[in-house]
Amino acid sequence: MTFEPGARVRVLPSEKPGHVRTPAYLKGKVGWVESLIGEFPNPEELAYGHSGLPERPLYKVGFRQTDLWQDYIGPAEDFLYADIYEHWLEPERGTT
Amino acid sequence: MSDHHSHEEPVGITSPYAARIRSIEALLLEKGILTEPEVQDSISYMEARSPANGAKLVARAWVDPDFKALLLSDGKAAASELGMAPKHPAELIVVENTPEVHNLIVCTLCSCYPRAILGRPPDWYKSFEYRSRAVKEPRAVIREFGFEPPEGGEVIVHDSTADVRYMVLPMRPTDTEDLSEEELAELVTRDSLVGVNVPRAPSRTGHG
Repeated sequence: MTFEPGARVRVLPSEKPGHVRTPAYLKGKVGWVESLIGEFPNPEELAYGHSGLPERPLYKVGFRQTDLWQDYIGPAEDFLYADIYEHWLEPERGTT
Repeated sequence: MSDHHSHEEPVGITSPYAARIRSIEALLLEKGILTEPEVQDSISYMEARSPANGAKLVARAWVDPDFKALLLSDGKAAASELGMAPKHPAELIVVENTPEVHNLIVCTLCSCYPRAILGRPPDWYKSFEYRSRAVKEPRAVIREFGFEPPEGGEVIVHDSTADVRYMVLPMRPTDTEDLSEEELAELVTRDSLVGVNVPRAPSRTGHG
């Protein structure tokens, strides 16, 4: 599954333990793919002495702050970028 | 910019973490995995990194549009052009503040920071309070550092969760047209490179 810029994505709500580079506050949240940053060894494997290969695509993903926090104080235009590995993303097919 | 390092440990006090690191270092040296010159090289490399590097990049970008374009499109190449080739393989992405957009950098998971350019992060950057609040109430955090994010503009938070390190290219303060590149660099604080504050023009004294 690869994602094009602009694609709506949901961060998997996985509870996978270990050296995971997906912050808890983004799990289950919907955002958009801003760009593909590149491909890097998987940090979840690299952290335990494995090769981390094959490399995994890493995306810059944008989220509206008001979608992340119900009580966000600031304009609806404020947003947040995080760098999320492809295997943590699924296509969002919701209608919103 | 001061030469003094506020992060040095007080003499005679060794934290458990420092003691643990020293023990690991001694073992790595004993087993021949590291050599003493390699350790010294690494220390020298880190000690040579400081926010002054970031300030030089910013000041050059303010006076040289071509360099600014390079800095925004390929941060590592721009750093190499000014003789600060980053050893670390992580990507460096520089994000530009404009009248409409103010950028803030955080690493909620740990303390990812463009060390290869700026050296070690300040303690507050690593604090739980900063890491948790910067993503949730960025405007309040920025305000507490002394800057009021522009009304009607956007605040964009960059959470460095993975293999990218971020640095802010702040806006050149107004009323600095007569400053040299070196003088401009002195206005660029570490805080402004993280986005919790902005550079300010030097206060003019003697005005009637």
